[in-house]
Amino acid sequence: MARMKFLCDADRCIECNACVTACKNEHEVPWGINRRRVVTINDGKPGERSISMACMHCTDAPCAAVCPVSCFYGTVDGLVLHDKDLCIGCGYCFYACPFGAPQYPRVGNFGGRGKMDKCTYCAGGPQQDNTAVEYIQYGANRLAEGKLPLCAEMCSTKALLAGDGDIIAGIYKERVQRRGFGSGAWGWRTAYGETITA
Amino acid sequence: MTARLMLLALLLFAAPAGAQQDNQAQNPGAPAVQSVAPEVGPSGGGTGSGPIPDSTERPPETGDQRATVPPPRPPVPTTEIPAGRPFTDRPNIDAGELELQRALRGGVIEGQVTIPNQAAGILIQPAGRDWRGFRTRTLTIAGAILILGMVVVLGVLHLWKGPRRIDAGRAGRRIPRYSLLERCNHWMVAGSFVVLALTGLNITFGAYVLRPVIGPEAFTSLTWLGQAAHQYLSFAFVLGLLVMLALWLRDNLPTRVDLAWLRAGGPLAKGHPPAGRFNAAQKGLYWLVMAGGVLAAISGYLLMAPGLLDNVISQQWAHVVHAVMAMVLVVAILGHIYIGTIGTEGAFEAMAEGEVDWNYAREHHSVWLEEQAAAARRSVAPQEARPAAGD
Repeated sequence: MARMKFLCDADRCIECNACVTACKNEHEVPWGINRRRVVTINDGKPGERSISMACMHCTDAPCAAVCPVSCFYGTVDGLVLHDKDLCIGCGYCFYACPFGAPQYPRVGNFGGRGKMDKCTYCAGGPQQDNTAVEYIQYGANRLAEGKLPLCAEMCSTKALLAGDGDIIAGIYKERVQRRGFGSGAWGWRTAYGETITA
Repeated sequence: MTARLMLLALLLFAAPAGAQQDNQAQNPGAPAVQSVAPEVGPSGGGTGSGPIPDSTERPPETGDQRATVPPPRPPVPTTEIPAGRPFTDRPNIDAGELELQRALRGGVIEGQVTIPNQAAGILIQPAGRDWRGFRTRTLTIAGAILILGMVVVLGVLHLWKGPRRIDAGRAGRRIPRYSLLERCNHWMVAGSFVVLALTGLNITFGAYVLRPVIGPEAFTSLTWLGQAAHQYLSFAFVLGLLVMLALWLRDNLPTRVDLAWLRAGGPLAKGHPPAGRFNAAQKGLYWLVMAGGVLAAISGYLLMAPGLLDNVISQQWAHVVHAVMAMVLVVAILGHIYIGTIGTEGAFEAMAEGEVDWNYAREHHSVWLEEQAAAARRSVAPQEARPAAGD
């Protein structure tokens, strides 16, 4: 099976936030929760880069390692998903996650965390694919329909790529060779322990 | 054709007139000569009904007429804007390099976000990896070693030396040691601490120990209830600590007797070195519980209400402080429970019933017993036998 990954080509991202909006709309994510966000580093200075970031579905995922109730599971596509019925909202995955992906509704005692929510790579959760129960908890399951994550699918500059890690790495390499520069695949060293050299 | 031209001509004449009327209706008292707003021409398609767009540079109402006609501006010579450098020549941060640098030197890769959650501006935080190591290895392994080690040490001590008997046997005569308030408060702290400790240990070790036994669903239900109990009982624990601080602070200040007690060998001393109401080990435990309890409480509340500490690095440190303090307290209290129950004959009744045997008090807290006895003698002595005030 393919090893699914995200790749954000920061030389193409124009910080339009369409990926953020698409994600929120597709999964009807509640207020205050952002499964995906766009971070602009060196804003307004030379070398400004915008990077669209969400759960990177890490190899050897830190969230899964620290979870006190072991609610995470891996899929054959290399995705890191979680079972909200098992989550207790302790926040450990957020402490461990290098990308700040886990999000929590503030519904617990004393404004504490509710059950964690994060990017599912548009692949839903442990329930039966494309059922109402799954939709309420995790949002749409596009992967089960043979589609890729919506954020990447509708990226206007095709900065955000999703799909088989080898294929999207190939696309990025080709781009870098053609245009003569590249700022690297953001988060890849941290998430997958590798970088793309063109 | 001619009809059209005539219509156009009509419009040309009618348009300014109509516009002026409109304008005067809108601004009564405005000067008849309006600003430099473009006149409506044929290309403007003015039908006469539309008002001339109000100029933003309307002259002051009382100003003289000359101000209304600005002199034509001379063309300003502009400096040429240099073309930007080609993209390949611009400073380019490489993701892989930056991530490696941050992982080695510490620090986060941070930027701006346009969502309300400004804490999301941290793009990558490598410190999470260290925290992961603390949670999955350091804390788990060290905690297990400390707790199991303490249990083993106490077990060996119990089997080897046996419980500490009252050497002189029970006198049968008893002396009050703890008031009702002191006992109630002690048991409130003790009860809440046991629940806090068990639920906390469940968070740390439960996934390895309990989850495989009772299954994921049952384990989650238990842990969910556990974390709720952990949060609510923390208030009872902290309240109890504050009451303890008020009740026992004076008796826990270090004295010379404590030094002698420690020099004599402390808890493992031969015979019974003198001690006040609390011996040096009890005082040590008191201060440990106070310091550890306060630190654990502060860090715990910061973790409990994530809105208070909206920064992932601070939250990691709060967890580290909370976990270390909790483990230290659990280990110390294990020893305290052993010594206070089966480890020492006659000790448990102090906290259970409030009174201890006379001989127990004489052996373990001789200085305190003398003080109590002296106070009692003074209170029953006839008036003239009492020492003068200030003696």
